[in-house]
Amino acid sequence: MSGLTDLTLRQALDALGTRKISSEELTGGYIAAIEAARPLNAFVLETPEKALEMARASDHRRASAEAGPLDGVPLGIKDLFCTEGVQTTAGSRILGTFTPTYESTVTSQLWRDGAVMVGKLNLDEFAMGSSNETSAFGPVVSPWRRQGDDAPLTPGGSSGGSAAAVAAGLCLGATATDTGGSIRQPAAFTGTVGIKPTYGRCSRWGVVAFASSLDQAGPIARTVEDAAILLKSMSGHDPKDSTSLNTEVPDFPAFVGKSVKGLRIGIPKEYRIEGMSPEIDALWEQGIAWLRDAGCEIVEVSLPHTRYALPAYYIVAPAEASSNLARYDGMRYGLRVEGGNLTETYEKSRAAGFGEEVKRRILIGTYVLSAGYYDAYYLRALKVRRRIADDFTAAFGKVDALLTPTAPSAAFALGENAEDPVAMYLNDIFTVTVNLAGLPGMSVPAGLDAQGLPLGLQLIGRPLDEGLLFSLGGAIEKAAGFSSKPARWW
Amino acid sequence: MAIDAATVRKVAKLARIAEPEARIDPLAQELTGIMAWIEQLAEVDVEGVEPMTSAVSMSAPLRDDVVTEGGDPERVLSNAPRRAGDFFVVPKVVE
Repeated sequence: MSGLTDLTLRQALDALGTRKISSEELTGGYIAAIEAARPLNAFVLETPEKALEMARASDHRRASAEAGPLDGVPLGIKDLFCTEGVQTTAGSRILGTFTPTYESTVTSQLWRDGAVMVGKLNLDEFAMGSSNETSAFGPVVSPWRRQGDDAPLTPGGSSGGSAAAVAAGLCLGATATDTGGSIRQPAAFTGTVGIKPTYGRCSRWGVVAFASSLDQAGPIARTVEDAAILLKSMSGHDPKDSTSLNTEVPDFPAFVGKSVKGLRIGIPKEYRIEGMSPEIDALWEQGIAWLRDAGCEIVEVSLPHTRYALPAYYIVAPAEASSNLARYDGMRYGLRVEGGNLTETYEKSRAAGFGEEVKRRILIGTYVLSAGYYDAYYLRALKVRRRIADDFTAAFGKVDALLTPTAPSAAFALGENAEDPVAMYLNDIFTVTVNLAGLPGMSVPAGLDAQGLPLGLQLIGRPLDEGLLFSLGGAIEKAAGFSSKPARWW
Repeated sequence: MAIDAATVRKVAKLARIAEPEARIDPLAQELTGIMAWIEQLAEVDVEGVEPMTSAVSMSAPLRDDVVTEGGDPERVLSNAPRRAGDFFVVPKVVE
C-alpha cells in the first residue's frame, strides 16, 4: 500500500481504528523504509522481528476491541532509553554489549498504550553534543540537503537519530531527551515538532543519565497534535524517580486547535543576539505576526541573565555528568579493559570506552568540583542558575508564554563546527535557559531558509503549561502551513 | 584561568581516565579555552542568591523501608564482564 508511511500518527491511528489498515501492514511499510534509509545511519539497532511481533499482538488487541491509545503505531526509541532484552548503547562504546533486564518507565508506558518499537535510534554519546558527531557509531546524516548541494548535513543533536527518522518517514514518532536543547534543536533542523516538557513531567527512570537536574524526556513527531498524543502517553508520576511530579496529566491533544485569542506572548529582547542570521530574525518577526493575527497580544520582555546561561550550563551539566558517569568502571556491566591493578583497570576501561567530548566534559566536571574550585565555579553557577530562573518567573508575571527562535542557524554541514567546542556549544543558546529553569519548551517548524533548509520557532511556557504550548504551537503550525519534506536522495 | 599540564594529569587521575601523554597538552589548551569562556560568570552579582540545586522545589519523597525487588542474581549478573557463580569477578583490591 503506497503512501502508508506518509500518514501522520493521528491519521494512522484513525486508519487502524477503522480497520482500513493493520498494524502489521503499517509496520511492514516502515521496516522497508528503514532498510532503504541505511545511508542516514539513524538507527543504532533495527528491531524488525520484535516490531512485527508487537504489530501482530496489536492487531489481535484491535480485533478483540482492547486497543490502547497508541495501538499499532510504529515508534523509534532514542538509544538512551533502556529496553528490556534489547541492547542499549547511549551512543557509547563503554556500555559494550549491555542489554538491560528492565524497561524504562517512559517506554513501558508507550508499550502499555500499544505502540510498536521499530528500533533504537542513534544519538550523540551520552547525549553530549549538538550535531550527532560524538556518537561512537558515526554521525546521523540529515535527510535534508541544501538546494543544489550534496554536502551531508547534521540533523542536530543529541536526538539526531530521532529527528532524522521522523523527518525521513522511518517511524511515526520517536522518543528523545533534552538536557540543553537536544529535542528542540534537532526538531528545528529537520522540520519536525519536538517538546521538552516541564522537568519532572516524564520519569527519568531507566533513561541513561547525563545531567540529572536538567535531563527530560519528550517526543519528536511530524505534527503538533502527534507530539501531544505521544507526550500524553510518556508523562505521569513514577515513584521510581524521586523528582517525578505527582500531578495529573492533562489531555494534551485536546489543547491543539484551541483559540489563543487574548493570550499575552513575550518577546525576550536579549534573544536578539549579535550576528544572528537575518533569515532567523525575519522568521521570528513572521511568527510574531502569525500570533498577533491569531489574536495574541505581543509584549516585549527582558531576561537579563540570558547570556550567562550557556557558561552556567557548562559548569552544572559537566559537574553532574562527571558524577553520573563515575558508574562506568568496567566492573558490573559494559566494557572492561584489564590493567595491572584495580585503578589501572578503571583508567584503561574508561579511556577506551569514552569518546573525546565525553572525556572533555568529565574532566571539566571533575575540575569544577575539585577542592579549591567548588565555590568559585560550581556554587557560583548554581546561583547564576537561580538568577536565570528568576528572570523567567518575572517575565511570566506579565505574559503567558514566550516566543523565540529555536536555534541561531539552520542545520550546518557535518564537520563544520567540529574543531571548536565553544562554537558547537553556542547552538544551544536559545534552548539551554529552559532546561536550567525546568520549564516546558517546544520547537515548531515555521519555514525554510533560502537554501531550502527548515527553521523552527520555540515556545516557552510556565511550569506544567504544556497544554498552552500545544495550543500556540498548533496556531503557528496552521499559519505556517509547513508541509515540506526532504527530497529523497537515499 | 589557564589550566596547565599538571592540572590535566591530576584531574584525569581523579576522574580515573588514562589520558595518553600526547593528549595532555591539547587537553590543557581545550580546557583553558572553555574555562576562559566560562569566566564571564564572575560578572554576575550573586550576592545573597540561594544556589539552585533542583529545577523544581520539592522535598525528597519518602517511601516505606521495605524490599521492593530482589532475589534475582541472574538478572543482576547478566551483563557482568566476568562472573563466577553468583559473584562478580573484579581485580584484587587488597594486596
